Amino acid sequence: MEGREQFTLNRGTIDSAALSASFASASAGALVTFEGRVRNLNEGREVVSLEYEVYEALALSEGARVLEEAHGRFPVLAARCVHRIGRLEVGEVAVWVGVIAAHRDAAFAACRYVIDEVKARVPIWKKEYYAAGEAGWVGERPEP
Amino acid sequence: MKAANRTIQVEYFAHLRERRGLARESVVTAAATAAGLFEELAARHEFRIERARVRVAVNDAVVPWETPLAGGDRVVFLTPFGGG
Repeated sequence: MEGREQFTLNRGTIDSAALSASFASASAGALVTFEGRVRNLNEGREVVSLEYEVYEALALSEGARVLEEAHGRFPVLAARCVHRIGRLEVGEVAVWVGVIAAHRDAAFAACRYVIDEVKARVPIWKKEYYAAGEAGWVGERPEP
Repeated sequence: MKAANRTIQVEYFAHLRERRGLARESVVTAAATAAGLFEELAARHEFRIERARVRVAVNDAVVPWETPLAGGDRVVFLTPFGGG
């Protein structure tokens, strides 16, 4: 894998192990990954599944921009992010971030930067379905 | 602020898509800016979210609310995100 940033949307299961395995470089001394998973509780309510909806054109351009920024801010070899779209069950991988770098400090920092910026800036919306039967859109990030 | 009537393509996602009951529509409007269009549609369809909590994209780029609209522009209102 040569240093190309990639932000992609995935309608099927995210295979984290395969993503990590394919993300290799002879000059990478560090691979840091982050996996966001669907959890069964949000703000005190039991969640059974959720649905991600995406504004694809803007998500792809903004996601790519975040990865480019990570590359510009930290000495990394490459950064990737895959975000799941559609219906997910508890425990499934919602988002995967991977960064390779010569050294771990840059890989950790860039990975953290990517997930934080993706959450704040990439137009993906989440609808949670609750055990009690109802459902609702979750706006986790009120705008300033 | 008003302009001459022209047709804007509006696409809705998530809360606003459900609120509006459709994913996209052509809107004939005299609203001069993206802000004006939001206020017009929010009143017509009772969006129940303040503009302060929403951002706007025109032609697939996030822009300031004061951005003037032109006929054929594609507008998306960005309510708070929930990805990640």
